[in-house]
Amino acid sequence: MRFRLARPSVLVDIGAITGLRYLTRDNGTLTIGAMARDSDVERAPWIGEPRWGLVSDVSRVVADPIVRQSGTIVGSLCHNDPAGDWTAVALAARASVVVRGTAGDRTVPIDEFLVDSFTTSVAEGELAIEARIPVPGDRTSGAYLKIERKVGDFATAAAGVQLTLDERGTIRQAGVALSAAGATALRVAEAERVLVGQTPTADLLRAAGAAAATASQPQGDLRGSVEFKKHLAGVLVERGLRTTLERLGVQL
Amino acid sequence: MQINGTLYERDVEPRILLAHFIRESCGLTGTHVGCDTSSCGCCVVVLDDERAVKSCTMFAAQADGHSVTTVEGLEQGGTLHPIQQAFWDCHGLQCGFCTPGMMMSTYVLLKHKPHPTESEIREELAGNLCRCTGYQNIVKAVQQAGESR
Repeated sequence: MRFRLARPSVLVDIGAITGLRYLTRDNGTLTIGAMARDSDVERAPWIGEPRWGLVSDVSRVVADPIVRQSGTIVGSLCHNDPAGDWTAVALAARASVVVRGTAGDRTVPIDEFLVDSFTTSVAEGELAIEARIPVPGDRTSGAYLKIERKVGDFATAAAGVQLTLDERGTIRQAGVALSAAGATALRVAEAERVLVGQTPTADLLRAAGAAAATASQPQGDLRGSVEFKKHLAGVLVERGLRTTLERLGVQL
Repeated sequence: MQINGTLYERDVEPRILLAHFIRESCGLTGTHVGCDTSSCGCCVVVLDDERAVKSCTMFAAQADGHSVTTVEGLEQGGTLHPIQQAFWDCHGLQCGFCTPGMMMSTYVLLKHKPHPTESEIREELAGNLCRCTGYQNIVKAVQQAGESR
């Protein structure tokens, strides 16, 4: 609004709905109410557990520490900025968003929620009331890496990854997503396909990174050229996977 | 809204920012407006004794019914707040423009981390820009303020 990019005729402040400020972990789901702030996640008592690597990482790099005391996770998802942080994390973590309207609630998988730049599937007369993230198991961790020119700037490139291993160390599930790589945050399905069913090796991580670099469709600007940003996407995915495996105690 | 314990009742235009309300309507000019774009942190105030907000990025109407603490609210009965004393002792300022925001951010920081390390201070104050000091003495001041609590 400050930059006149949006000029809403009516603005409703949901800040007064204190009942929407919650952060709960029940029945395998982390539920983030629409008024839960970035700083609430950053300071959550459980955030240091390795399983929360992806969420912990992102909670420390959104905007700056003061802005994180005002910004909300659900708000970030609804804003759906192409260079947003939570959108990429939500894709990698396979989150969903609960949208409430006069006809009741509907739960929308994040892939369907993110429609286009600054556009979501929330319709007129609806309100996104919470985000749901599956609680990662003991053999799950992740990472979020972002390159920015300075604190608070939009990402030049960013990647969120999450891996679930089975008892033998084989990758059972993989989430790989990029930010600042297209109209919205982007799931790199090809990288996920490359990883699942495999035993982690340096070559495998490199292949996943290469798939991300190929999939990335950034815009060239003062932060870097298209070629540079695509390269970064690959590097960040590979590095994020490496960090994830370290957090799971796996040595390559 | 309550500002530093005093009740201010005003009719405001919906578009009035909290920073402008505090400065122009309430006459509390200790809160500075540096960038007007949520970047510099000079306008930070504390809401409900709980969170630091950039008051240039909040409408005054959003603070309706809340309590606001500005830099003027730190000193009590002529005695500087430990944070102010520490900025004085450590010379944690040069021109002073960013100082109110630095101190209000520090106020919330020390609530959550009473004894922060140097790197924690640097990370937590990343939303407050200073163009004079190079931050060295600001970091020292925050450390001293933490120790004196």
